[in-house]
Amino acid sequence: MSAFLTIEGLNVSLSGVLPILRSVDLAVHAGEVRGLVGESGAGKSMIGKAILGTLPRALRIESGRILLDGEDLQRMRPRDRRRLIGAKAALIPQDPLTALNPARRIGPQITDRLVDILGWRRRAALSRALELLDEVRITDPERVMRAYPHELSGGMRQRILIASAFAAEPRLIVADEPTTALDVTVQKQILRLIRDMQARHGTALLFVTHDLGVVSKICQTLTVLYGGLVLEDTTIEEFFAAPGHPYSAALLGATPKYTDPHGSLTPVPQSVIDAANAQLDAFDRARRQ
Amino acid sequence: MADARTFVSRRAGLRLWLSGGWLVLLTLAAVLAPFVSPQDPLAQDLFAARLPPFWQAGAEAGFPLGSDSLGRDVLSRIIYGARVALIVAVIAGTLTCLIGATLGLVAGYFGGWPDLVISRLVDIWMAFPPVLFAILLIAVLGTGLSSIIIAIVVIDWTRFARVVRAEAMRQAAMDYVASAQVAGRSRAGTMLREILPNVLPTILVLLTLEMGIAVIVEAILSFVNLSISTDQPTWGGMIAEGRLSIYQAWWVLVFPLVALFLTVLSFSQLGEGLKDRFDPVLR
Ligand SMILES: Nc1ncnc2c1ncn2[C@@H]1O[C@H](COP(=O)(O)OP(=O)(O)OP(=O)(O)O)[C@@H](O)[C@H]1O
Ligand SMILES: [Mg+2]
Repeated sequence: MSAFLTIEGLNVSLSGVLPILRSVDLAVHAGEVRGLVGESGAGKSMIGKAILGTLPRALRIESGRILLDGEDLQRMRPRDRRRLIGAKAALIPQDPLTALNPARRIGPQITDRLVDILGWRRRAALSRALELLDEVRITDPERVMRAYPHELSGGMRQRILIASAFAAEPRLIVADEPTTALDVTVQKQILRLIRDMQARHGTALLFVTHDLGVVSKICQTLTVLYGGLVLEDTTIEEFFAAPGHPYSAALLGATPKYTDPHGSLTPVPQSVIDAANAQLDAFDRARRQ
Repeated sequence: MADARTFVSRRAGLRLWLSGGWLVLLTLAAVLAPFVSPQDPLAQDLFAARLPPFWQAGAEAGFPLGSDSLGRDVLSRIIYGARVALIVAVIAGTLTCLIGATLGLVAGYFGGWPDLVISRLVDIWMAFPPVLFAILLIAVLGTGLSSIIIAIVVIDWTRFARVVRAEAMRQAAMDYVASAQVAGRSRAGTMLREILPNVLPTILVLLTLEMGIAVIVEAILSFVNLSISTDQPTWGGMIAEGRLSIYQAWWVLVFPLVALFLTVLSFSQLGEGLKDRFDPVLR
């Protein structure tokens, strides 16, 4: 069976000069939860943005294909592409403080897409929104629908964004470090909520994070990214049993163990970083020829 | 927190009431000028020349704020002058706002070549000294109400364009804009329905400021006799005439000055007050 999302040989650069993504291959099957890990600046968010069509202006797709439900996004007219993405994919963003429009009430921000893009009736969209707010365990959804974002806490806003992401029953959700901006106690609740929602709706999830502890709890498969290059594409069991790349092994060593949170941590050794950088150089040299 | 908020809203409330009150009063007087003016603003009566305001000895009942050296009623002339001032304020302010804010919004949100073109245009515009520019324009267009309005719009749209562009850029970088895009909103739809509501409080403040500026510009131009035909009363014209007889009849100069001052101040305070009231984050 072919995957719901397939990325093949995706090269993205900063104005044709600096490579940001290096021939990335990545697939997410229907209902699959795939982790996407890598250190800061590895290009995790840019993969998400390339899928959702929100790459910064300065970044350019040089080559490669992104297939969403079998359709090649690069070959579609912008208008059709927006509609396809709007109907089949959604985003749970990193920072709940800026991801809701401060000038608009919560209600319309959830129902907009249903009404404008999917052609729902306003009444149906409204009751769907209430139902979802209830599902993400927001008490008094009616009041929240009328509230402005600044009246709500960060955790509440993230719940709303999760509800909003699931509202149109997308087949794929990109969650870009959805818990990083929250405090630790709320993080756990939000993580559990995303996992439960994902399981209930059977949505495929591309979960961007740099926390392997989180990955072990919700993902089935994993892609490790370094400098825009995919180092490893594996299942969770295999990864934690025997990481397939020295860099992955080093990452694992640098992550607190669930069973032993105070055990010793080793930072990623310089030799491993040097080897990974050499791999990037080799890739760039091969590409230039 | 709650205390700070009520404090802010109470102060904003007072500001709104005072400035709004003056502007409503002025607008009513201007609209109803033929009914509320005690005299015909153009009627000269040399036997009633330089009558003092009502509280001074020698005042006459039909001339509450006194009369000028031709015996014309100061209050009636201020009321008719308000017509010109308010027409210029509303029309010039609105047009300037529409043109400048639209260009600023497009430049700030779309970036790329629209931004390049609009920003260069703003830079070139700003290189002209505004007063010289205005006098030059009036010289080309000829005097008259529409010339003044055109001059203000042509000169001042950059004020809106610059500020709105910067604000739109700031908003465009926020995650909610990316989310709207993922949800399938078109670029134009995102600009109008996501960005614009957030820039609106800023635009509102600029608009009311611009109305105040338009009132001043009209007064300056009529002061130097470049405004509308000289027989129609304008505040600037009254101030110019009053200057000549300041030692014999100070009221001819002072009352139109006060009207001008209160009006310009009210416009700027109205903007600040509305901003506090409508900004969802401050509210
Ligand atoms: N608007 C932009 N213009 C130019 N380069 C950018 C822009 N945004 C990101 N980049 C570059 O793209 C690369 C990948 O960034 P990305 O945000 O995908 O990293 P990330 O893996 O998500 O990191 P983090 O964990 O910090 O979120 C970085 O080197 C960054 O400098
Ligand atoms: Mg990121």
